[in-house]
Amino acid sequence: MNNLKVLLNGIIKENPTFVLLLGMCPTLGTTSSAINGMGMGLATMFVLICSNVVISLIKNIVPDMVRIPIFIVVIASFVTILQMVMQAYVPTLYATLGLFIPLIVVNCILLGRAEAFACKNTPVASFFDGLGIGMGFTIALTLLGSVREFLGTGKVFGISVMDEQCGMLIFVLAPGAFIALGYLIAIVNRLKKIKS
Amino acid sequence: MKKLESSLKNMLLSLTACSVIAGALLGWVNNITADPIAHANAQILSDAIALVVPGFDNNPTESPEEIEVDGTIYKIYRAMKNGQFIGAAVEASSNGFGGLLTVLVGFDAEGNIIDYSLLNHSETPGLGSKASDWFKKGNKGDIIGKNPGETPLTVINDGGDIDAITASTITSRAFLQAVNNAYSVYMKQEIDASSGASQQVKNEKASLIGTDSIHISFANKGQNK
Repeated sequence: MNNLKVLLNGIIKENPTFVLLLGMCPTLGTTSSAINGMGMGLATMFVLICSNVVISLIKNIVPDMVRIPIFIVVIASFVTILQMVMQAYVPTLYATLGLFIPLIVVNCILLGRAEAFACKNTPVASFFDGLGIGMGFTIALTLLGSVREFLGTGKVFGISVMDEQCGMLIFVLAPGAFIALGYLIAIVNRLKKIKS
Repeated sequence: MKKLESSLKNMLLSLTACSVIAGALLGWVNNITADPIAHANAQILSDAIALVVPGFDNNPTESPEEIEVDGTIYKIYRAMKNGQFIGAAVEASSNGFGGLLTVLVGFDAEGNIIDYSLLNHSETPGLGSKASDWFKKGNKGDIIGKNPGETPLTVINDGGDIDAITASTITSRAFLQAVNNAYSVYMKQEIDASSGASQQVKNEKASLIGTDSIHISFANKGQNK
């Protein structure tokens, strides 16, 4: 029950993109299409779960004063492993996301969760926190990617919904990322207000 | 278990241990994935070659020839069928709008463009990135079947006859420049090739030498702009 709460917390109450506004660089950079956003979200989720569990396991043998460098080493290792595995087995996804994968290392969600959650809680709870935050991030990126892809090219996940000529190209470009994200945050805030 | 104290010894030990374990893990994963990565990269290249020069029965990726034109080294993959030269794929690049644009162009034995494949680019998504199929058969900027030796490929704005990508003239220019470069490399390999090429090809190249020099001077002009 408690773990479920931790899980839902990451998806809704502390959604990293819409509520905490963490990890904006990959959020804005990779969401030019729904599939890219989802790929980035899943990659981040994988690293987040692994780093959360490992950091939670080693939290007692890590002296406080060197905890940040050690966390970064753990995170960077997982990111590099992910990068090599993706390059070897899903080269097409790697070709689109390749540039952003190494940037997961400096994604503040990972270090943020390590500091705020993993180094104070059990490995099991940390696993669910990683899963929850990761899913929240994936859902947010997929949603943002779908909105941008739809408004920009008239497609969602590469499937044509409306004529491409009706697309507003700006949504695929960088300014569109800010506009779409702003509106999505506004909608989420509005929904939260109605609920409470 | 109590948390370790932040003494110099503890810090040194834990950080070293952590780095050593991480390093060992990375080495192990690298060991496993090195082969699949090399395989995947070779697969991408050979798929692209099969697309741009279909119908060969040798292994073009095995022996790429390196040719220097204007100080740049290009790779050319020669396609053979039953020992006969049927065409070649040339990897060429030029500076696009967002950075280097690399294209693999396939030519048949007469120097006509069979097909192309955009290998690498950093053009604007939705604008310049359309180059990946804008110039294909049946699309607006169709270059398939054209011979850059007869008429160098240029966009309409520059007096040519190729439709540029809407709102991406710079990308279109860079793309055509890369194709023209690929052609001059292709011509050079035919002139240099003394082995492997069939007699028929040798006759062919003799008749094309004239257009070659014209073409290269065009390529230089483009770069000076």
